[in-house]
Amino acid sequence: MITAGVDCGAKNVKVVVLEDGEVRGKALVLAGMDTGAAAAEALRRALQAARIGRDRVARIVATGAGREESRLSDAAVTEVGADARAMAHLAPAVRTVIDVGAEEGRAIRVDGAGRVVDFAINEKCAAGAGAFTEAMARALEVPIEELGELSMKSTQAIPMNAQCAVFAESEVVGLVHKKTPKPDMARAIHDAIADRITSMARRVGIEERIALVGGVARNVGFVRSLREDLQTDLVLFPDPEFVGAIGAALVAADTAAG
Amino acid sequence: MQANYGYKDGAGEFFITIDTEKCDGCGDCVPACPQHVLVMIENEFDLDAEKELAAVSALHTKKIKYSCGPCKPAAGYAIEDLPCVRACAAGAITHSW
Amino acid sequence: MENAVQDQKKVEYWRWTESRWTSPDLDWRDGGVISAGVDVGSVSTQAVVMVDGHLYCSSSMRTGSDSPESANNAMSWALEGTGLTLDRIHATVGTGYGRVNVPFATRAITEIACHARGGNFMYGPSVRTILDMGGQDCKAIHCDERGKVSAFLMNDKCAAGTGRGMEVFADLLGVHITEVGEMSFRVAEEPPPVSSTCVVFAKSEASGLLRKGWPKEKVLAAYCSAMAHRVVTLLERIGVEKEFAITGGIAKNVGVVRRLAKEIGIEPLRSDMDAQLAGAIGAALFAKALHEKSAKGA
Repeated sequence: MITAGVDCGAKNVKVVVLEDGEVRGKALVLAGMDTGAAAAEALRRALQAARIGRDRVARIVATGAGREESRLSDAAVTEVGADARAMAHLAPAVRTVIDVGAEEGRAIRVDGAGRVVDFAINEKCAAGAGAFTEAMARALEVPIEELGELSMKSTQAIPMNAQCAVFAESEVVGLVHKKTPKPDMARAIHDAIADRITSMARRVGIEERIALVGGVARNVGFVRSLREDLQTDLVLFPDPEFVGAIGAALVAADTAAG
Repeated sequence: MQANYGYKDGAGEFFITIDTEKCDGCGDCVPACPQHVLVMIENEFDLDAEKELAAVSALHTKKIKYSCGPCKPAAGYAIEDLPCVRACAAGAITHSW
Repeated sequence: MENAVQDQKKVEYWRWTESRWTSPDLDWRDGGVISAGVDVGSVSTQAVVMVDGHLYCSSSMRTGSDSPESANNAMSWALEGTGLTLDRIHATVGTGYGRVNVPFATRAITEIACHARGGNFMYGPSVRTILDMGGQDCKAIHCDERGKVSAFLMNDKCAAGTGRGMEVFADLLGVHITEVGEMSFRVAEEPPPVSSTCVVFAKSEASGLLRKGWPKEKVLAAYCSAMAHRVVTLLERIGVEKEFAITGGIAKNVGVVRRLAKEIGIEPLRSDMDAQLAGAIGAALFAKALHEKSAKGA
């Protein structure tokens, strides 16, 4: 059976076309002003990549903050539900999923069979989401893609006091004036967000193994800081930003079967 | 004086309140807190005061929800059983969450 | 054309006007106790000098990267042209975020106590609630008829509801911070408030609204009312008791003040003194008290 999952994130729309549990095609499109249009475009590209016609797709399920705006889906599932479902398929040994997207961070305890045991979401605050690293990269005048690598060259840990992205920006500008080495600042930025994500995850109780998903999982600097904080290895995926869409496509298959 | 330290955000209200009329400056709460959240400060509110006051350290006011996390019900504590609350014989310390 | 746009970007919309003032009616040479207060905030620094408890001169400047230097600069500017010198001041109290870094201060006192004391002086003994909306924090203070604090709460966790948040918006919209308030009323009808509390998210929300074709005035109205609402929810914990006054930089932003007053249903008290001086005035009054106390002791 062929299904599709549409993850309408705050920044990007991700679409995955799934055939019998295998990813056949995927696409990522900037959400821009019209999430619905972006979703349609992402689906078109994912189908093209999969060389599959739209008429062969049995069911489409949407997830993500903008899931109500996706006009092409048959049903919707929460981000938390989609992550739990994806994990049962991709890595059933995982018991805790940490999902850090552009505007939201989540920690989800899962049972390995696709069900959610407990979860916590950060409180609509940029300091606990990808938006934080983006704002800090701008303050450092470093492209966001390079921030992770840069922090790997750090030789010392320096603390950041601000808990707010706006205040942290001023703090970073202050550090730049003091000629603090950029790699150390990059590390401080990742340590700060990892610290907040870890605190949030502790609220749901951290049980191993722990998976890290969402776009921010591509940032090696953040991954390192989070590993150090949690003092354990993390389960990572080659396309961490597509995990939610895979979960949605799996839910589509589950619900289309009957 | 009711001194409220903490913040309110999308997730709720997170304040530790010190009733400075009750606080006798004994300092017993300081070592009782496993997270080193509490400190003794000079009473800057009253120039004639001779006793110090308990307060939340400025290092923790902005992240008090997380700092106090290990002692909260989620971690197995009853609210009246918090180490700082128990340590204060005068009953000057309360938590909003 | 492209150059013109670039030039425009260099304008610092958030930069408010620095100011100084000397009383036309007082002369320090006639006075007894000369006391000073310096409020080193995260965004602005104020210095005031009082002669026998009357406001004599003041200054308000942007805080630099170095607190002691900011304190020195503000004080020198306040004293400019008065003939008064530091060594003639009997006592100085430092307050605000950088209060321990005022090189010439006799003592440092928390800004909460100073705002209550200063608010009492500026708005009279009937003031019970002082809402200080500063550059990087927001404080609500209850005080008695002598300006003594009976309860307070301070929120410095995030930029929502602070002057810094407003600066971010002024910059985004290319509107001078001093014009934000008036401009936010130039709308046919009040738009719904920006939904995000977080300044970073509110900023991207506002960018979206601008792209949608909303005029700047409407976006400002949506942000000012979101900010007013945010502060009102913050106040809930200790409540608002009459009489009520607003101090700090945001007190000068009518866009926030009028919406806030409407939401809580209490009109804030007015003063002919600069609302940003409250902390420094309180500090100068404490300095006078300290001097009198030590003079008595000696």
